[in-house]
Amino acid sequence: MAAAERGASRPTGDNRTSRRHRPPPLTLSAHFRLRGANDCFRGQSARTWCEVEAGWGGERESPEQPDRRPEAGGRRPAGGMGEFKVHRVRFFNYVPVGIRCVAYNHQSNRLAVSRVDSSIEIYNLAANSFQEKFFPGYESRSTEALCWAKGQRLFSAGLSGDVIEYDLEQLSVKYSVDGFGGPIWSMAADPSGSYLAIGCEDGSVKLFQVTPDKIQLERTLERQKGRVLSLSWHPSGTHIAAGSIDYVAVLDVQSGSTAQKMLMDKRHPGSQRRRCVVWGVAFLSDGTVVSTDSAGMVQFWDSETGTLVQTHPLASSDVLSIAVAEKEDSMVVGTAEGTIFHFQLIHSRSDGKQSQWVRTKPFQHHTHDVRSVAHSPTALISGGVDTHLVIRPLMEKVEVKSYDAALRKVTFPHRRLISCAKKMQLLLFQFPQRLELWRLGATDAAGKNEDILPLSRNAEHLLQLKKKGPENICCSCISPCGSWIAYSTASRFYLYRMNYENNSVSIKRVSKVPKFLNSALQILFSADSTKLFVASNQGSLHVVQLSEGTLKHLHTFHPQSGTLEAMPLLAVSPDGNWLAAAGMSNGVSIYDLKHLKPHGTVPAYNFPVTALAIAPDTNNLVIAHADQQIFEFSIPQKQYTDWSRKVQKHGLHYLWLERDTPITHITFHPKRPTHILLHDTYMFCIIDKSMPLPDDKTPLFNQLSLREASENVRRRHAHAFKISKKFQPLLFMDLLDEGTLVAVERPLEDIIAQLPPPIKRKKFGT
Amino acid sequence: MVAEENLRVVRSGGSKLNFRRAVFSADSKYLFCVSGDFVKVYSTATEECVYVLQGHSNLVTGIQLNPQNHLQLYSCSLDGTIKLWDFIDGILIKTFVVGCRLYAFFAPVHFEDSVFIIINKEIPDGFQLASLKLPKSPSQEVEAKELSFVLDYINQSPKCTAFGREAQYVVAARDLYLSVYFFKKKKTFRFSLPSGKKKNCNNIFTCVACHPKEDCIATGHQDGRIRLWRNFNDNKNYTYTSLHWHHDVVMDLAFSVEGTSLLSGGRESVLVEWRGGIEKNKEFLPRLGGTIEHISASPGGDLFCTSHSDNKIMIIHRNLEVSAIIQGLVKDSVVNTGLMIDPRTKALVMNGKPGHLQFYSLQNDKQLYNLDIVQQEYVNDPGLVHIELMKAAFSSQGNWLATVEQRQEKEAELELQMKLWEFNEQQQGFILNTRINMPHEDHVTALCFSDTENSETPTLVTTSKDSHFKVWILTDDSDIYKQAMGWTCDFVGSYHNYQATNCCFSEDESLLAVSFEEIITLWDSATWELKCTFCHRPGKIKNLCFGRQTCSRYLLGTTEKSFLCCWNLLTCALEWSVQLNVRVLEPDPTSDNIAAVSWSSGGSDLFVFKPSEPRPLCIQKSICREKVQCAVFVPRDVPESFISEDYQWLNKSQFYFLNESQDLMTFSTKSPEEKLTSSSKQLIAEESLPATPFYFLMGKHRRQQETNPNEMMENELIYHPSAEDIPAISELLQTPAHVLPSASFLCSMFVNSLLISKGTKSAEEIPDDIEMESEKAADDSDEENDLSEKIHDETNDTVTGDEIIPQLSKTQEKELRKLRKVDYSWMCSL
Repeated sequence: MAAAERGASRPTGDNRTSRRHRPPPLTLSAHFRLRGANDCFRGQSARTWCEVEAGWGGERESPEQPDRRPEAGGRRPAGGMGEFKVHRVRFFNYVPVGIRCVAYNHQSNRLAVSRVDSSIEIYNLAANSFQEKFFPGYESRSTEALCWAKGQRLFSAGLSGDVIEYDLEQLSVKYSVDGFGGPIWSMAADPSGSYLAIGCEDGSVKLFQVTPDKIQLERTLERQKGRVLSLSWHPSGTHIAAGSIDYVAVLDVQSGSTAQKMLMDKRHPGSQRRRCVVWGVAFLSDGTVVSTDSAGMVQFWDSETGTLVQTHPLASSDVLSIAVAEKEDSMVVGTAEGTIFHFQLIHSRSDGKQSQWVRTKPFQHHTHDVRSVAHSPTALISGGVDTHLVIRPLMEKVEVKSYDAALRKVTFPHRRLISCAKKMQLLLFQFPQRLELWRLGATDAAGKNEDILPLSRNAEHLLQLKKKGPENICCSCISPCGSWIAYSTASRFYLYRMNYENNSVSIKRVSKVPKFLNSALQILFSADSTKLFVASNQGSLHVVQLSEGTLKHLHTFHPQSGTLEAMPLLAVSPDGNWLAAAGMSNGVSIYDLKHLKPHGTVPAYNFPVTALAIAPDTNNLVIAHADQQIFEFSIPQKQYTDWSRKVQKHGLHYLWLERDTPITHITFHPKRPTHILLHDTYMFCIIDKSMPLPDDKTPLFNQLSLREASENVRRRHAHAFKISKKFQPLLFMDLLDEGTLVAVERPLEDIIAQLPPPIKRKKFGT
Repeated sequence: MVAEENLRVVRSGGSKLNFRRAVFSADSKYLFCVSGDFVKVYSTATEECVYVLQGHSNLVTGIQLNPQNHLQLYSCSLDGTIKLWDFIDGILIKTFVVGCRLYAFFAPVHFEDSVFIIINKEIPDGFQLASLKLPKSPSQEVEAKELSFVLDYINQSPKCTAFGREAQYVVAARDLYLSVYFFKKKKTFRFSLPSGKKKNCNNIFTCVACHPKEDCIATGHQDGRIRLWRNFNDNKNYTYTSLHWHHDVVMDLAFSVEGTSLLSGGRESVLVEWRGGIEKNKEFLPRLGGTIEHISASPGGDLFCTSHSDNKIMIIHRNLEVSAIIQGLVKDSVVNTGLMIDPRTKALVMNGKPGHLQFYSLQNDKQLYNLDIVQQEYVNDPGLVHIELMKAAFSSQGNWLATVEQRQEKEAELELQMKLWEFNEQQQGFILNTRINMPHEDHVTALCFSDTENSETPTLVTTSKDSHFKVWILTDDSDIYKQAMGWTCDFVGSYHNYQATNCCFSEDESLLAVSFEEIITLWDSATWELKCTFCHRPGKIKNLCFGRQTCSRYLLGTTEKSFLCCWNLLTCALEWSVQLNVRVLEPDPTSDNIAAVSWSSGGSDLFVFKPSEPRPLCIQKSICREKVQCAVFVPRDVPESFISEDYQWLNKSQFYFLNESQDLMTFSTKSPEEKLTSSSKQLIAEESLPATPFYFLMGKHRRQQETNPNEMMENELIYHPSAEDIPAISELLQTPAHVLPSASFLCSMFVNSLLISKGTKSAEEIPDDIEMESEKAADDSDEENDLSEKIHDETNDTVTGDEIIPQLSKTQEKELRKLRKVDYSWMCSL
């Protein structure tokens, strides 16, 4: 509100004529850089920002240029089409949760990642490691083991003692089965995928048969002393290696008896005797058992004789995890020091058949414990306490040295955690266990380009909504007017009515929620805040009419042709006539809201959709895919627009295609129909459809250099992609009004500061 | 003695021992190392130099055992030849003339007749590895021209080339590239590393070693990393493990014979043993004293050796214990102290390792010992400013040693320390007596002793830039705790606030000359009164010395403005002066000669003169190209008798000098190795070897006979002839192996010779024989006997003796006479 008042009363520019020959325009914008915990604010400064000169090309002095400009002194840059005041928000106190398990599925090339709060994410490694699916966590549950079985069925087990299967279609928990062995520490599927073995607290290893719709306890193998912390099947499926405290047991699956027991060396480097915890085992087809333990050793045992073959002391702290490549020529182990080590089976003589396991390269991509590792055919995957998922490709396995050969570090979710009430300047932050509502600060000051403006009013923490029950929040949304807040957990849907009076906020839960609204995957309000759209996990979309205090169910769109796939992405047109919904594999469905009927689908594309939005006026649907392609689909005409075809024909710039985070949000400038605003974690981009597309020879990120260049050069080199990398890591960016942007940043240092201290290691020279 | 021969400048010992990897013999008994133009053969057990293999006319660049015959050694040199030696006897067997400069030599076992050399192409820095076929020919000198190139553009240093398991491949590293050439497939694989500038690492290869049993290559890098390469027969699937302990350049790598452990070394002076190629399994041998330049392992697997930058080879046992140290002249520091002679041992004394004084025997080309002056741990780090040993002086009897050390990090922060060391007769070494902190406020420029036998207190004079000279005397420093003698300052003198630059006592020590910039002052050493001053020419005084013996009334000085002046002390007037840019002025302590080395752009010239006559005795033009840093006269043990007037100044003492590239030079009419004393020359291989069963069989037996032959005669009737007495056996044992006929041919002769023939030797004859032998032995040792008399006796004895003693030739006679002249008076003082 303050911004509007402020902006409207400013004098307009007066020296328009002389500006043509000036060096590139100084865009002026304010932004508020705020940080703070709870309601305590420091850093009351705002900074002007000049990098998003979206579309200033100098030559285009558009007549419809809005004259409302908040700066004093009448300094108005020429053709300043991309001048924004930026609210630089840093008070989103989001900390990703540490990774507990990773499991790689060879068949579908997907990676399942479970975090400490028992949430599970599925990454599609074929689609630029896009985070396709998400299962919210559950408070009392903890996932200790994760595995794929029977093709693409995903199971997890944890300290609650239950084995849980997930429904990957509907994004929900299918069922959970009690293991009856106390907390479960480990789980492994046999090579055929038809049996699950779990290692329990009471020392037993239990076998479950995986039936088409459930799992069934088959039998319990011979009980060991001490909890079974790690399990590995022999590739033939006849034996299981079970790692426990101070020993590794080899169990015969047929008879259920212990075939071999290999005792760990109890002589530790430390002074007093500690127990040697076997954190990981791997059973190789030649009968070798590899164990990793808390003494920092990787040991190779002959399971036939139970003898130690080879010892690699790797670290002074624990070696927590191990994963073997399917071909058994390479393996990876992760240590508590954050290092992962690569082992390779190497012929000791080029001609001979003798070969040995050699530790080759260490990789230090983590600062904290590597809790889990996985080995895909081309990459080493690791995750741990420092919350990063690191995918490190093996250079020798990658055919061509392309972008696939680059290291990937996934830190932030590929979902949207923030929603924004533009008019009220409110931001709703979604945490796993609570929602926070903030009002943005305001400034009266004006300044030059890149100035930091002082705040006249601090950002305000209006509300904190704690979730109820043990389930974590799955999705949330605030209505554009700011008066409705909706969120959902895996089994319940909540809607609140907000009331703002001067400086106080009152909140009231709407109790009469229709019965079918029991859970939601995605929630969206229409632009005029009169309708609520809920994507539920049966693949259906509910449309609800909102009015003061009452809800009216308007319609439910059911998925076509009986697929039950969830539609986690929604977009509504600003005029409220069209609704687009995207699932993971099917294309984007478009619904006509006026007539409450399906309008059609956008042709399916190979890569999942990461973001979509419908442009005002033209009702063009803009879709971003995981392979960084962008499509524009005209809803009224039911076809791709000319610009979209042009982009496909011309091809996108290679640097654009090589970005490694997906586009998570698309928005439009109300006054400039040719502009598409979008962002990913590391950049913010304005695509000007009226400008020529860049080819591979022109530099993609040329905004800064062009600003210094002459008019002619600028005209020649200007292209459609105006990219700013100023805000990093960027979790959310939206346009509040024509001249104001809000950017939510989450500096990595702030996250690191909230992590537990890493294991202290002596570093040479310090 | 051959006066007609020309006097020439020769290098005198002390050449680098650490130029290339040392090589062990197959039985680990000998260690070979290149040393200038020679190859030295050391015994690993006794550290003694057994042989010097001479024959190359330029720097020897590579040595290796002959893989076909491990009693032979190949050496290659920049003179373009490969020589094959029999090192047991020190004989040159064969010379292969290649014709181009050879930089390194490799003889892998699995190649029958070809060896590998590194040669230079026309372009500078373009070195190639080539294989060379060694033709089989009986002649001594063979041309070998059959070259075929293997790898191009490689590193000159042999450390960067290595042959793999069973010589299946050869590895060469250069800069950031590693090339592997497989001989069977005739295929080269190249691997490169990123320059790694931004990651603060430096991946440049420094050395390469190959695993003897597996396909594994170890490479050392500039940033201290060691990489173990595997799977390198594939351009894509190659992989490496890196081991990182060294923080500085990995200088050399070596695998143990079985390949179970890898040794590495660098500037940290720590030998690291990596066991099983696992980073956590490492053993250290620290504090080796200097940068490890080379590492080699013995074929037997029981010994390693490391070559260090301070010209030292350490032989290290398998369990990482140092078993022997072969130390050459340390030359990699600045010689601040100049050259001195220790009056006791007649050893050359100069700066050695940082903070040490080294005592170096010129006769044996061997370091005698090191005196740690600074007594602080030396940290080998380029950024550090260390305490430097700046000055040292011996008293004339060698009872006292004065040293001055300094450390100056910034202009204003000068740390000075003077130490006085007393020679302890019991411990046979110098013991620190007095330590004086900041003896002066500024740099000490000179110091000299006066302690003749007649003077009751030894006196030390130091001069400094703080314009004072101080006189220190030895006084009673006893207190209630102990009886002690210590040095205290007795007198401080100055002259008009000029900086004192030099000081010097006259021979009788009644006068002290101290130069203050341009002025020389003379002080009475009894009263410390200023007697008179000399100032003649403009220019500061650089050198100062009194004449000796007959010329003791003269004082000589050189100035910066290129004048050499001579003052007469009796008349207090300038006697003469010449314009000469003198850098070094050195009086001969044994005569009245003075040597002056001047420098002009053409090189250094030597002038030897007597102060009393302005005409020089000898002028040697251009003795070396570079400036001469310092020089010294070393009294000879055996006076020479040069007949030519020009060389007579060298009769009593020898002149050594050190040029700027730290080469120790001297004058000689013969090659210096001939001058090695008889003791070191007589060393033969067997004597320096540890006892073997064979030695016990033969050697013990022989010794018994030598010690008590008479006794034995009484006890035993039958005399067993000793090994030497039988010509067949002695011939067999003394003839080099390669010229002997086949064993089967010799066998019967040998066995026959061992049989005791009946009646050939009567019991009566034998005592005479033995007696005569013992008499001869006495001759050698006892110098007092009249030689001619003995000869006469022996000639009379010829009737009874078996052998006829030949008449001594003239030259031999002369030699013997000379022996008598040797001055053994120093023995009395011991």
